Amino acid sequence: MSLQHDPDVLEAFDADVPGEPQVDVSRVRERLREVAPAIVLFVAALALWELTVIVFDIKEFLLPRPTVILVTLVENWAEIAKAAFATFKEAVGGFVVGAAAGALVALATARWTGFRTGVLPIAIALNSAPIIALAPIMNQWFGLTNPVSKMAVVAIIVFFPVMINTARGLTEVDPAEIELLDSYAASPSEVMRNVRIPSALPFFFAALKVGTVLSVIGAIVAEYFGGPRDVLGVYITQQASLLHIAEAWAAIVVATVLGVAMYTVVLVAERLIMPWHASFRDQGA
Amino acid sequence: MSEHAVVAEGVGKVFNAGSTDQVEALKGIDLTIEGGEFVSLIGPSGCGKSTLLRLIGDLVQPSSGRLEVNGKTPHQARLDRDYAMVFQKATLLEWRTVGKNVQLPLEIMGVDKADRERRSRDYLDLVQLGEFVDHYPWQLSGGMQQRVAIARGLVFDPALLLMDEPFGALDEMTRERMQMELMDIWRRTGKTVVFVTHSIPEAVFLSTRVVVMSPRPGRITDVIDVDLPQPRTFDTRESTPYYEKMTEVREALRAAGVGVE
Repeated sequence: MSLQHDPDVLEAFDADVPGEPQVDVSRVRERLREVAPAIVLFVAALALWELTVIVFDIKEFLLPRPTVILVTLVENWAEIAKAAFATFKEAVGGFVVGAAAGALVALATARWTGFRTGVLPIAIALNSAPIIALAPIMNQWFGLTNPVSKMAVVAIIVFFPVMINTARGLTEVDPAEIELLDSYAASPSEVMRNVRIPSALPFFFAALKVGTVLSVIGAIVAEYFGGPRDVLGVYITQQASLLHIAEAWAAIVVATVLGVAMYTVVLVAERLIMPWHASFRDQGA
Repeated sequence: MSEHAVVAEGVGKVFNAGSTDQVEALKGIDLTIEGGEFVSLIGPSGCGKSTLLRLIGDLVQPSSGRLEVNGKTPHQARLDRDYAMVFQKATLLEWRTVGKNVQLPLEIMGVDKADRERRSRDYLDLVQLGEFVDHYPWQLSGGMQQRVAIARGLVFDPALLLMDEPFGALDEMTRERMQMELMDIWRRTGKTVVFVTHSIPEAVFLSTRVVVMSPRPGRITDVIDVDLPQPRTFDTRESTPYYEKMTEVREALRAAGVGVE
C-alpha cells in the first residue's frame, strides 16, 4: 500500500509528500475502520440493555430502558440543559484553575531542586487524600450557593495528578539530551524550554485527560453536599428520591457527555500541540 | 593556529572517589592533538575513552592533571562553543523537524532566523539530506539520523569535533558509507576530530593517529601514526599498507593485554 512509509523506502525514494489528497481520503476511511468496532459494540450493548429490561420485565424505577431514558431526556431537556450548563461551568472553571496551578507548581519543582524535594512527597501524600471530603469545608469558605465552592473542589482534585505527572515528565528526561544541551553551554532556562517542557508534554496531557473525567465527577459530587438547585448533582438526587429514575438517568447521560466533551477538547489540543508524538504516527510507519 | 587543539597532562579521573564502588577510569593521560588532526581513541569497553572525550568537552571534570582545549580551559572552550559533540545515539529531539534539530545549537547561540535556516540547509545538503528538512526524526533510518546529528555538529562551525562511537549502532554498509562522508567533510573543512571507536578498521581508515588505550585503570599504551595517503578512498581499504596498519594496531592492543575481537 502506498500509505506505508518504511524508512528504507524513504531512503530509496525521495518523493514523500505528506498531505496529498488521495492520502487524506484513505486516512478518513482508515479512521472509520478504527472506530467502527466501538460504535457497533456500543449499539449492541444498548440493544441488549433494552431487550433485557423487556424480557425480564424489570420495573422502570429499577432500570429504565435506553429508549425511555432518551424520551425522558427530550421531554425534560430545558431543565436538564440548564442544570448541565451550571455544572459544566463549575467543572471547566475548576479544571482550568487546577490544571494551570498544577503545571506552574510542576515547573517550579523542576527549576529548583530544594522545592522539589520539599514539595513532591507532600503532594503525593495529599494526592491520596479523599479530596471530595473537602466539599463541605469549601462550602463554608466560599458560600454554599457560590459556584466557586464547587470549582475549588474540582481545582484541588485536578491539581494533584497534573502537578505530579508534569513534575515527573520535566525531570525524567533523556540524560543524553541534557548532555547535548550542556555541550552548547545552554542555560537552565534553555534546557527547560528545549528539552524539559517538550519531554513533559505527553505526561501533562495524560494527566489532563484524567483530570477532565475527575472534574465532572468532582463537580457533581460536590453538588451533592448542597448548593444551588439548578445543577446536575441536585437534579439527580432529587429525581432519584422521587423515584423518577429515568430523569436521573437522563441527567447522568448528559453528565457523561460533558466529560466526553472535555476529554475530546483535550485530545484535540494534544494533537495540535504535539503532532510529533509517537501515538499520532500513521500505522505502518 | 599555533596553539594545540587539545593538551592533556597527567589527567586522571576517579568516579565515586572514597566510596566502595570507586572506579579509576583514567590514569596519567598525556596527549597532545594538533589542529587539523584526526585522532581515534581505541580500546575495549571500560578503557575510559568516552570519559576522556567528555573531559575534553568539559562534561566531566578531571580528578587530577591539566587539560587545555584551543589554548583555554575546557570550560572556557565549552562556553566559547569551540567544539561539537556527536554521540553514538543521534539524540535528535523528536518534537523538532530535521531542519529544526540542525538549527538547535544556532538558536541557543542566538543566531537570527534567516541565517539559521540558510546554514541548516547548507549543512543538511552537505550530508545529502536537504530534502528531509521538514521530516521528523522518526521518519528517518538510523544512518540518516546520525547524518543529521553530524550536520547539527557542523552547523555552528566548531574547530573541534568530539565523536563518541558515532557509527557504532549502524550496519556495516551504512557505516562504511558514513566513514567516507566523514573523511570527505574532514578534508574539506579542516576540522580537528577526536573519534572514539572500538573498531580497528574504522580507526585505521579514518585517522592520522590512533591512540591505543587499555582498561583498569584507563591509560594510553601506544600511539600509532597512520601515514596512509590522503585522500583515502575505497581502494585504501584494499591496500596492503592498510592491512599492515590494522595489524599494528591489533598487536598494540594485544601488547596492552587486551583480548582482540
